[in-house]
Amino acid sequence: MKYIIEMLDISKEFTGIVANDDITFQVKPGEIHALLGENGAGKSTLMSILFGLYKADKGTIKLNNNTVKIPNPKVASSLGIGMVHQHFKLVHNFTVTENIILGFENTRKFKIDTKTASESIKELSKKYKLEVDPNSYIEDISVGMQQRVEILKMLYRKADILIFDEPTAVLTPQEIQELLGIMKEMRKEGKTIIIITHKISEIYNLANRCTVIRKGKVISTFDVEKKSFEEISELIIGRKLNMELKREVVEKKPANFKIENLSVLDNRNLTAVNNLSLSAKPGEILGIAGVEGNGQSELIEAITGLRKVKSGHIYFNNNDIVNYSIRKRHEHGIGHIPQDRHKHGLVLDFTLENNLILATYYNKKFSKNGVLKRKEIKKHSEELINQFDIRAANGSNTICRSMSGGNQQKVIIAREIDQSPSLLIVAHPTRGLDIGAIEYIHGRLLEERKKGKTILLFSFELDEILKLSDRIAIMYNGKIVDTVVSSTTNENEIGLMMVGGIKNG
Amino acid sequence: MDSSKRIISAMIRYFLVPLLAVIFGFFICSIIMIISWQDPVKAFHALFEGAGLFGNIRRFGYTLLAMTPLILTGLSVALAFRTGLFNIGAAGQMLMGGFTAVLVGISFTNLPIIIHLPLAVISALVAGSLWAFIPGLLKARYRVHEVVSTIMMNWISMWSVYYFVPKLIKGGYETESLPIQETASLRTDFLTNLFEGTDVNLGIFISILSIIVVWWLLDKTTFGYELKATGFNKDSAKYAGMKVNRNIILSMMISGGLAGLAGATYYLGFTNKIIIGSLPSQGYDGISVALIGANHPVGILVSSFLLAIIQSGSDQMDAIANVPNEFVSIIVAVIILFAATNKTMKLWLDKFKKIIFRR
Repeated sequence: MKYIIEMLDISKEFTGIVANDDITFQVKPGEIHALLGENGAGKSTLMSILFGLYKADKGTIKLNNNTVKIPNPKVASSLGIGMVHQHFKLVHNFTVTENIILGFENTRKFKIDTKTASESIKELSKKYKLEVDPNSYIEDISVGMQQRVEILKMLYRKADILIFDEPTAVLTPQEIQELLGIMKEMRKEGKTIIIITHKISEIYNLANRCTVIRKGKVISTFDVEKKSFEEISELIIGRKLNMELKREVVEKKPANFKIENLSVLDNRNLTAVNNLSLSAKPGEILGIAGVEGNGQSELIEAITGLRKVKSGHIYFNNNDIVNYSIRKRHEHGIGHIPQDRHKHGLVLDFTLENNLILATYYNKKFSKNGVLKRKEIKKHSEELINQFDIRAANGSNTICRSMSGGNQQKVIIAREIDQSPSLLIVAHPTRGLDIGAIEYIHGRLLEERKKGKTILLFSFELDEILKLSDRIAIMYNGKIVDTVVSSTTNENEIGLMMVGGIKNG
Repeated sequence: MDSSKRIISAMIRYFLVPLLAVIFGFFICSIIMIISWQDPVKAFHALFEGAGLFGNIRRFGYTLLAMTPLILTGLSVALAFRTGLFNIGAAGQMLMGGFTAVLVGISFTNLPIIIHLPLAVISALVAGSLWAFIPGLLKARYRVHEVVSTIMMNWISMWSVYYFVPKLIKGGYETESLPIQETASLRTDFLTNLFEGTDVNLGIFISILSIIVVWWLLDKTTFGYELKATGFNKDSAKYAGMKVNRNIILSMMISGGLAGLAGATYYLGFTNKIIIGSLPSQGYDGISVALIGANHPVGILVSSFLLAIIQSGSDQMDAIANVPNEFVSIIVAVIILFAATNKTMKLWLDKFKKIIFRR
């Protein structure tokens, strides 16, 4: 038996878009197979077909050389196929055990037998080193823990083929390392794993083989070790990746943004930002590194006005902006690319053109006496669509919900940069985006730096911080532990400080 | 090509889907009629005849009369909905608007009609919006869900009117108020004669004007843009520097004001007085109107007309075809059911389109 799964000549079309175009995808038993491609390349569609969520227009699926029909996920489960979706499918007010057995409950005397279930879950989690507490509620556990619940769900259902849809997008670096370990453990136990991702660096040391999909077509399938990072990224985006970002020398000016002794409370009224001070200069990208939950969100919200501060000052161009309204901060030239583009950055049910005027609709340019100038708004939107290469099915009239994550992020970046702010607060600008989009956004940020803008870059991705920043401030426990010049430091040094270790020397 | 595609999809959304819902409504109601040994053809013929669709001006006048407040309560619910609020309180806001208008209509004597009538109408608008201000404030300040608070406000309005009418403006009976002064009435001889003696009144113009104003407000103004942004996503509205709490209160007040206007058209144009002890049914019907009309001002014009036909023709159906007029409730219920599942309907239509346009 050469292949455990064979998807042959699979085609799938959504109204007007060919998501999968005659794809042939084969997986060997006991391997970790990476499925690579840009956002919208058709990876998730292909896996959804395998898991029975979509029906292919054409093609056959073979499992252990037998042709099978998978009309729904229940059938997929019974065939031993399990999937962890990018957005977890868990019931928040149920316990871990209840979630794992949901749909596969054993009953004893008309009652669900959670005791036996919980025993076997404990056993499974020991075997695969998946630490969870079977009795805690989903809403109380971290994202990484929730993912483990999803994995246990598949194992509990005796899945032998495990599909992971971008499993690392929502995890912190530590959690990612743990997950990769768990996957290797499962391979040792004879499971077959398919992992959808667009982070090439993750698949080295993990995957055996890899298949690259571009625009609905299979580009190539190969052994991971045989190709370099550059070669793979070229296959994914279909052209050479511009690896060397241009960092031009910018004239040094005195700092125009200063935070002094700032303290901010979080939602539970605990101190999240603790007596923090920092400063940034025009033409500088100040990276702020740190493990999630060390006060970064609260700091961002305090600077942009979404959260009240407890004490301290924020100076921008010599004005203390602590008591400015959000709009006034905007008008004073503070741009904000928010960490959660769905929650804050966009009105998803608005059209593209309406999202591009979200903070400026009342300006003279877009309205007169309270009436919107539709023509101007459209013109403005077409300009930004061209300038920022935003891809949307219906141009200015596209509802943002239907756009890909990368293009949604471009909408936000276009809107914020277009107002040419002199201070730009950037939070996780490339989270969940593919390499093409990341390359573009990084280039844009450096361009703004060149124009002499002050940029604060918050990110959990150390690569990103190291690549873009002039200086790096490490945030731990609500404080800046240290600020280092990025050209004189490395990943290890920063990583150590991020978890509370003190820099030596 | 692109724009024609958009027009087609808009047509499907605002026209074809509601139309199909209506056809299904009548179809399923016919089946039920056949099962219970009624003749649907005869029944519906009588229904439409009773609504004046076959040229009876007088009956058509009654349909327009029924339509007048339905447009306004429908707009009230739809505007709230488009801005993220679920206003179940149109009935109470309409009653308070009507009560205030009647109070003004009775209390001022010797005012010329040109002052008295606008004063009464505007007082209804103000009273309705003030009545809705309370749940708006509760929502903005204390996150009290507006469904709960507006339902409670409905009962408060009913019993307040129950108490104050006999106290302040007691009429011939315990249960009703004095009639309003002629100078506060929305009725005009011109319209009454045109529709052969029915109570069609100036309210219909208020309603149609309101449709235009609401459409303009929501689609063309920065204010409407803000209200919609707040309704879709409070967090991003706040992020963009909008005053979210203020917008919630204002949405609620405009919604209440529209319901208050419905009260003016009903009590100043039709009943001429307040009868205590019940909430006006148009308040709740407004939810159906908004739902069938897909919360769009033009859709509401169509759906309120449809509901008005069904309401004003049902007695004729009962009398001529001997079909109990409860059957119209079935029609309305089925229509709402299908309108509420309009996503599914759109899906069906898309599939249908695919089959037809397949090369």
